[in-house]
Amino acid sequence: MAESTIVPIAPAPVTPRRERVTGASIGLRTIGIGYVSLIVLAPIAVLLYRALKPGLGSVLNSLDDVETQHAFQVTAIVAGSAVVIDTVFGVAVAILLVRYRFPGRRLLSAFIDLPIAVSPIVVGLALLLVYSPTGWFGTLTQDHVITAKPGMVLATVFVSLPLVARAIIPVLEQAGLDQDQAAASLGANAFARFVRITLPTIRIALAYGVVLALARCIGEYGAVLVVSGNIIGQTETGPTHINTELENFNDDGAYAIALVLMLIAFAAILLGAYIRRRQRRGN
Amino acid sequence: MTATLEKVPAQPAGTFATPGRRRRSRTGLPLRAPSGLSLGLVVLWLSLLVLLPLAAVVGKAFGSGWHGFWSAITNSVTADALKLSIGLALAAALVNALLGTLVAWVLVRDRPRGGGAFELVIDIPFALPTIVAGVVMLALYGSNGVGPTLFGTWLGLFITLLFVTLPFTVRTVQPVLLDLDKDAEQAAASLGARPATVFRRIVLPQIVPAVASGATLSFARALGEYGSLVLISSNLPHHNLIVSSLIYGKLQDTSSHATQQAAAIATVLLVVSALVLVALDLLQRRIARRG
Amino acid sequence: MGIEVRGIAKRFGDFVALDDVDLRVQSGALTALLGPSGGGKSTLLRIVAGLEKPDAGSVEIDGQDATRLAPRHRDVGFVFQHYAAFTHLSVFRNVAFGLEIRKRPKDEIRRRVYELLELVHLEQFADRLPAELSGGQRQRMALARALAVEPKVLLLDEPFGALDAKVRKELRDWLRRLHDEVHVTTVFVTHDQEEALEVSDEIVVINNGRIEQVGSPDDLYDKPGNQFVMSFLGPVTTLSGRLVRPHDIEVFTVPADDAVRAQVNRLQRVGFEVRAEMVTGTDAATTVQLTRGQSEALNLTEGVAVWLRPVPNSTGLTV
Repeated sequence: MAESTIVPIAPAPVTPRRERVTGASIGLRTIGIGYVSLIVLAPIAVLLYRALKPGLGSVLNSLDDVETQHAFQVTAIVAGSAVVIDTVFGVAVAILLVRYRFPGRRLLSAFIDLPIAVSPIVVGLALLLVYSPTGWFGTLTQDHVITAKPGMVLATVFVSLPLVARAIIPVLEQAGLDQDQAAASLGANAFARFVRITLPTIRIALAYGVVLALARCIGEYGAVLVVSGNIIGQTETGPTHINTELENFNDDGAYAIALVLMLIAFAAILLGAYIRRRQRRGN
Repeated sequence: MTATLEKVPAQPAGTFATPGRRRRSRTGLPLRAPSGLSLGLVVLWLSLLVLLPLAAVVGKAFGSGWHGFWSAITNSVTADALKLSIGLALAAALVNALLGTLVAWVLVRDRPRGGGAFELVIDIPFALPTIVAGVVMLALYGSNGVGPTLFGTWLGLFITLLFVTLPFTVRTVQPVLLDLDKDAEQAAASLGARPATVFRRIVLPQIVPAVASGATLSFARALGEYGSLVLISSNLPHHNLIVSSLIYGKLQDTSSHATQQAAAIATVLLVVSALVLVALDLLQRRIARRG
Repeated sequence: MGIEVRGIAKRFGDFVALDDVDLRVQSGALTALLGPSGGGKSTLLRIVAGLEKPDAGSVEIDGQDATRLAPRHRDVGFVFQHYAAFTHLSVFRNVAFGLEIRKRPKDEIRRRVYELLELVHLEQFADRLPAELSGGQRQRMALARALAVEPKVLLLDEPFGALDAKVRKELRDWLRRLHDEVHVTTVFVTHDQEEALEVSDEIVVINNGRIEQVGSPDDLYDKPGNQFVMSFLGPVTTLSGRLVRPHDIEVFTVPADDAVRAQVNRLQRVGFEVRAEMVTGTDAATTVQLTRGQSEALNLTEGVAVWLRPVPNSTGLTV
């Protein structure tokens, strides 16, 4: 904070909103970029280095493994099913919360955010207590839910519950009810209004929400670990298989899976950024 | 006609509509058959997925009475794990409140070259699977890691939590900073305030709810974190055993009271989560009121 | 093809939006629902369209009970203040929407849409998105869209409220001419008395959830039923305890029959007219509107004494 000069009230600067470069701003910038680099970039770079150290051929070799491939298949099935459920649920909840008034509306709104604040291990435990063979619904569910894919889907949906709804809600709020009512007065029934008006209105935000949810579902570890029982070759997912590989001292195998999952995450980030750019341009 | 006449005060309405005015009464439609049905399904699904299971946790926690619950959460291993997790989460929230806000400020106001790529980097901890974050930390700080060995240390756990929670504060403060009316800052400056004073008296009061909300989210996430910490911790009771690992360990334990104890500890976490949600709701309403 | 509304009541929480309203809208007429914001006129229009459900009462459109019909079965065209343009569809597809819903043949849709776009002078914008149109153009598109399905009645909710003054005036004239061409029963909501007086065949004044008066523009201006209607439809002032129009006051420089003595307090010239603020013994202040010629002929200056009386047979109400 070297100079104490008063910031002049200038006519709109050429590059609007950008501060003058001062000693203070350079200092802040250095701290900010330095911190992010140290906390995020450096570890990521190290992982890339460590995963690729054995050579690309070796990485591909590690991935060409029956258990690993099965784990990725399970991840695809579980995450895919979870995202479909997330999407249906998210769209329904968003429309209900934005367009309708009913008792308990605010409670519902708070409730769908709850999973964000719950530890994944607690999520797993909670599902276990209801759906395991000894749980509340045990006689009904037997072992078809816990230590099986349905339970893993439940756990995955739980942790990613609000992502789709939260992505669409602002867009629905902004659009208001006018277009829907205009379509109704023009003779469109509820289904036609949803397909022709609501869906096109939310499509970009929905795509963004789905990408977010997909990334979260593919990566879920703790909750899935608890409910899956982590049975090798059956209920192992990509993320949980990393742990197995580490326990078997197959570090290269673990790093190879981590690398794949990281590349998926990067792809999701880039896709998300692309969608958000289109969303901004759309407005 | 009356076109050019000045409005006499008795006349109630002006000629110009206020554009964009929204009617108070149109906040929502009443439920009809299809929407009522979907609300029913949503509530049923939420009950099966979230409500009943969480109730089961609380039920199990008190399954052998208040005494069983109390002894499960006050024995020294649990107490230490709770203390460690809460302490680390608080510390992470605090650092995020400071540095996360700083990063948001740099992104919004300083806009350094390559800021777009920087934005993407912020999202990495969100998108990266937690276990991969754990592997990342292992590669850097593990016993065979590239960096200093922080395996099993509080510092290692703490740095991992900072990684995982970085986006929360940045992403909650950023939009508020973007929306700030810079005229107010310039007005303060024209009245003689120094940059630091402008920040403290004008900017800070407006972003405090967002900072607090971001820090609260960081706290909640850090408290329940499991996947990214499990590899960097040696899960040693009294030393570096975090509460999520403790619960997980109890679930692997086949002794009779283990599940009840796990549920008791989980109940403590759930209470904290509920408090966090209430706090967030209050904070968000303050943000909304500021518009 | 008229509208008949009987005993309509509507509350939002504690707020009474409409209180036992009866109204008959003539077939083929252009009717204005006029009143201050929050008076209930938009709610009434939305109840006719089926967008709002009344707590009590019935709505009849074209002789058929429509009270329990969904909006899509009512055959009404509705135009929203903020256009409600389908932002993701082109102008053509916006106008075609209702016809597509009714599954009309493609070439018929095409013919009809271009006919309407011509009517609203948007034929060269058919492929644009609504975002690429001005506010006035968007509202004309919304009008064409509502007319496309040949509704029994056309309802417009503050249709020009979001537009700037100049465009409003243009669209207002244009709506009148359009109505003369199309002749569909039309009801529009406005809080602008000038708009209502200029465009409509009949005006319904609504305030505090009740209908104050119904009549032709001239009737309402010349024979207001109460003080509210009189003051809402035009400027008013008080003279000798009566509500009168400022342009309906005669000014004399010498005492005259029934005239009260006053003093010129302030003179203000606005273009060709002069507004004089007069102080009499009884009224707080009386505003008189004169032409510049009248003012000069009377040689008015601030401070002089004058005598005032209402123009014989002019509109006036006892306060």
